[in-house]
Amino acid sequence: MASKTPHDIQLGPDGQLRHFLTIEGLSRDLLTRILDIAESFAALPGRPVKKVPALRGRIITNLFFENSTRTRTTFELAAKRLSADVLNFNVSTSATSKGETLLDTLRNIEAMHSEMFVVRHSQSGAAHFIARHAAPGVSVINAGDGRHAHPTQAMLDMFTIRKHKGDFTPLRVAIVGDVLHSRVARSQILALNTLGVTEVRVVGPRTLIPTEARALGVHVHHDLESGLRDVDVIIMLRLQKERMAGALLPSEEEYFRLYGLTNERLAVAKPDAIVMHPGPMNRGVEMDSEVADGPRSVILQQVSYGIAVRMAVMSMCMQTHAGGGETA
Amino acid sequence: MSESHIFMQHEAIMDLVDDMARSLRQRLRERGIERPAVVGIHTGGAWIAERLHRQLESPDPLGLLDISFYRDDFTRIGVNPQVRPSRIDFDLEDRDIVLVDDVIQSGRTIRAAMNELFDFGRPSTITLACLIERSGRQLPIQPDVVGLRLPLPDDEHIRLTGPEPLTLLRTGRG
Repeated sequence: MASKTPHDIQLGPDGQLRHFLTIEGLSRDLLTRILDIAESFAALPGRPVKKVPALRGRIITNLFFENSTRTRTTFELAAKRLSADVLNFNVSTSATSKGETLLDTLRNIEAMHSEMFVVRHSQSGAAHFIARHAAPGVSVINAGDGRHAHPTQAMLDMFTIRKHKGDFTPLRVAIVGDVLHSRVARSQILALNTLGVTEVRVVGPRTLIPTEARALGVHVHHDLESGLRDVDVIIMLRLQKERMAGALLPSEEEYFRLYGLTNERLAVAKPDAIVMHPGPMNRGVEMDSEVADGPRSVILQQVSYGIAVRMAVMSMCMQTHAGGGETA
Repeated sequence: MSESHIFMQHEAIMDLVDDMARSLRQRLRERGIERPAVVGIHTGGAWIAERLHRQLESPDPLGLLDISFYRDDFTRIGVNPQVRPSRIDFDLEDRDIVLVDDVIQSGRTIRAAMNELFDFGRPSTITLACLIERSGRQLPIQPDVVGLRLPLPDDEHIRLTGPEPLTLLRTGRG
């Protein structure tokens, strides 16, 4: 019998979020709810005490099989702002390098009463695998698995877009660059289409656009200028140098000449178009510094909003479903 | 199944709010408070707070608390679907706060609200005003000003709907 796909296991019997593994299969209502809840948390940095007691006494574990200081830090800060205690396991420094299996590691951390795993792994499907084997009452959040998905990054991008544009419906969004290797792009495309934007375009060289791209409901452009024309939102992807096996590109200089974002090229987009990048950014490869530091760039806001969105997803997954009456 | 019926309609509720405003003024005078700031608890408390805020002519903007993430039963009940950001757009430090809710029952909401208030700063005093004080207290928290005291069996509930018009619904065994 075929095993359950990620979107089957990530919802509880009452339709509530139990794991957050992929955008696939999640409804527009649920995505909107994540954004609405994140809105509450986005206001916290303006307060003297920047945390809420919701997850006080609970344990959340960051299980990172792939290095990512930034993502791990924002998850850690999100957990701490919910008053949870945080364990950080980096696999290069942990027991798996001594031969312990993934499931043994999992059972050990469960025995420490951790109720949530935030998983980052270079293999597609790793978070899903852990979710399938997690004990009842343990939630898993996918912090990036191989080329498959990076759903919290996509949701923080959606949050940033909503903050600037309000309604998703009329928007045209261009995702530019290395779509082929990008789990972020896959999650973004699913989220944008679920939230009902007018058009999603992917822009890049033939070698970096997956052949099945059109099946995801996007328009494919190989010319940057036509791809950016009249768009409201530009999402630049990082050139995944470490994932690039073989010569898919002539050189970084050549890539910048054809697909690098400059102020001149930005001019064909809508006058109020915003520029986003999931980071870390290669200046002078994906975009010019004058764009990255310019007035249209919302890159640093993405980082702040990322904490609020991760808090929303964590708090939604951590609620158990015992129900019970509400008393004033 | 339990049924809801109308317990009180808008006009009568507004009379209660007028009474509350009068009692509040007196109470604040007794405590020597000249410039109170008003904070309502989302959602019903905020509707009542809005009206009290007008009547007290407070120069500070009305504060709004959503206590979803401060509830002691957060992990049982989870995130309120209508959660919205708490907003207090004045400096709460050393201020005299009038905290407003629609119905006080267990006292847990007020406990959560006070915890949240303190995350915005250290108020000088908090005066608690509730439209309905019903039976069922589980914590030693009592309102200073009340619109109506209502003894109710544990399995009956009273709920404010609004904001225009305000209606009190009573739900019980029919």
